[in-house]
Amino acid sequence: MFAYIVRRILATIPVMAVVAIFVFALLYLSPGDPAAIIAGDTATVEDIARIRAKLGLDEPVYIQFGSWVWRLMQGDLGISIFTNLPVAKLIQQRLEPTVALTIATLIVSISVAVPMGVLAAWKAGRWVDRLVMVFAVLGFSVPVFVLAYILIYIFAIRADLLPVQGYVSISAGFWPFLSHIILPSAALGMIQSALIARITRASMLEVLAQDYIRTAQAKGLGNEQVLIGHALKNAAVPIVTIIGIGVALLIGGVVVTETVFAIPGLGRLTVDAILRRDYPIIQGIILIFSGAYVLINLLVDLSYTLIDPRIRY
Amino acid sequence: MLLGAVLLLLMAAMAVFAPYLATVDPQALSPIKRLKWPSADYWFGTDMLGRDVYSRTVYGARVSLIVGISVALFSTSIGLVIGVVAGFTRWVDSIVMRIMDGLMSIPAILIAIALMALTRASLENVIFAITVADVPRVTRLVRGVVLTLREQPYVEAAIASGTSFVLILWRHIVPNTMAPLLVQGTFITASAMITEAILSFIGAGTPPNIPSWGNIMAEGRSLFQVAYYIVLFPGIMLSVTVLAINLLGDGLRDALDPRLARRL
Repeated sequence: MFAYIVRRILATIPVMAVVAIFVFALLYLSPGDPAAIIAGDTATVEDIARIRAKLGLDEPVYIQFGSWVWRLMQGDLGISIFTNLPVAKLIQQRLEPTVALTIATLIVSISVAVPMGVLAAWKAGRWVDRLVMVFAVLGFSVPVFVLAYILIYIFAIRADLLPVQGYVSISAGFWPFLSHIILPSAALGMIQSALIARITRASMLEVLAQDYIRTAQAKGLGNEQVLIGHALKNAAVPIVTIIGIGVALLIGGVVVTETVFAIPGLGRLTVDAILRRDYPIIQGIILIFSGAYVLINLLVDLSYTLIDPRIRY
Repeated sequence: MLLGAVLLLLMAAMAVFAPYLATVDPQALSPIKRLKWPSADYWFGTDMLGRDVYSRTVYGARVSLIVGISVALFSTSIGLVIGVVAGFTRWVDSIVMRIMDGLMSIPAILIAIALMALTRASLENVIFAITVADVPRVTRLVRGVVLTLREQPYVEAAIASGTSFVLILWRHIVPNTMAPLLVQGTFITASAMITEAILSFIGAGTPPNIPSWGNIMAEGRSLFQVAYYIVLFPGIMLSVTVLAINLLGDGLRDALDPRLARRL
């Protein structure tokens, strides 16, 4: 078991290495000379040459890459071209809304989708099942920003129940926080829910066909006990896997959702950075998001042994 | 599946025949007709520059379909080649699949955003950026299929009887990857359309002089509270088109892979 954990952690190194090379190549290939940008409009050729030497831009590529990785290890993600502030600090400032949105979305989608999938599998072929499958197909098809606007129109503009946009930190009170996070997480959670509901249904169908389910029913256990205690527990591995994989979709959706709802998080930072061609920020964000994705899937892999004691490494 | 195919054909017809569908020049500005609500004259209303939203939406179908289909064709072809090579050559496999694993850990939309940030906004660059983001998944799919095919008795028999490698690929390997690739291709078309719309929506996609569903919505964004119809119509079109393609893809998968169909 311990050996497996170590091996699994080591396996993330080549993956993150590819990510690092991609991200480094991005800056290397980006148009414009960073030294000239930093030097400003009135700089002489000598000034630019001096800054190039100071930044190590006159070194060979592999040395530049090496020192870039070295700085990365120390938490130095570079300096934003536009604001002149450290990227790590900018990311840190914007982290909270994004993490809050992501967690809220996961809570919404899991608590909606898992019961839906269980119900659909239990009533397979009946109208409830059909309804869930229609929801699953629709969830994949309606892009997050379209759904976001529909929700804003219904709940914020027409019914005036919730704020149209913005973000309030949880430290400013739970209800203001909740009222601002409900619509974005519902919009963002749709595709996630569709994915989870579909896999839950498929996985449950497989488990419900097993002999021990019939035995459990024959013993006279109630539906609830059979479905939750016996079936869902055994159907959990694919569900947890898809939640991990779905995080990639979630990250893509965060960028759009934060734009629609004017949430000052990492997604909004990404969009601003693109418009200003602020490459160090784009690099930093890709690294952070990819690192988070790899980490979450590492945890998902490791959680298998907890969910299913039959899995031993 | 039939419903999906019919809807998709309608969308394609709309894109092709855009100039004949009672549209006006989608770029024509008209300051006195700004922000008119949908009416008999302006079916989908006009935007803040007085442009006809109906015409823009109809022309926008072209961008979505071109991007969706091109990305699907390019990414499946490139993925097919890389996947076949990786599936047959062990040392290539170990290198290529590590690279693909790494690229797959970067959310696809971020790869596309990063590449768009490097280049100028143009339709070709949008197609290129989304293709790069989609290739790893296709490669992995093809490689998986090739690895199982390689062990099949008929492939071993072909190798034993001295059939040339190219002929084996052409006769036994490539035809067997077509069914899963076709299914994957339809889903890529759908996701590429959404990605294009997202890129355009956040200002990193199709240039503003080409109307696309994403940038029409982006332009309507700030006016959503007073003129929600600018966002609504392209949004509905995009959703319906993606729905049609997903229905088609589900149908194709059920028809081509009955085993999987029973499971899902």
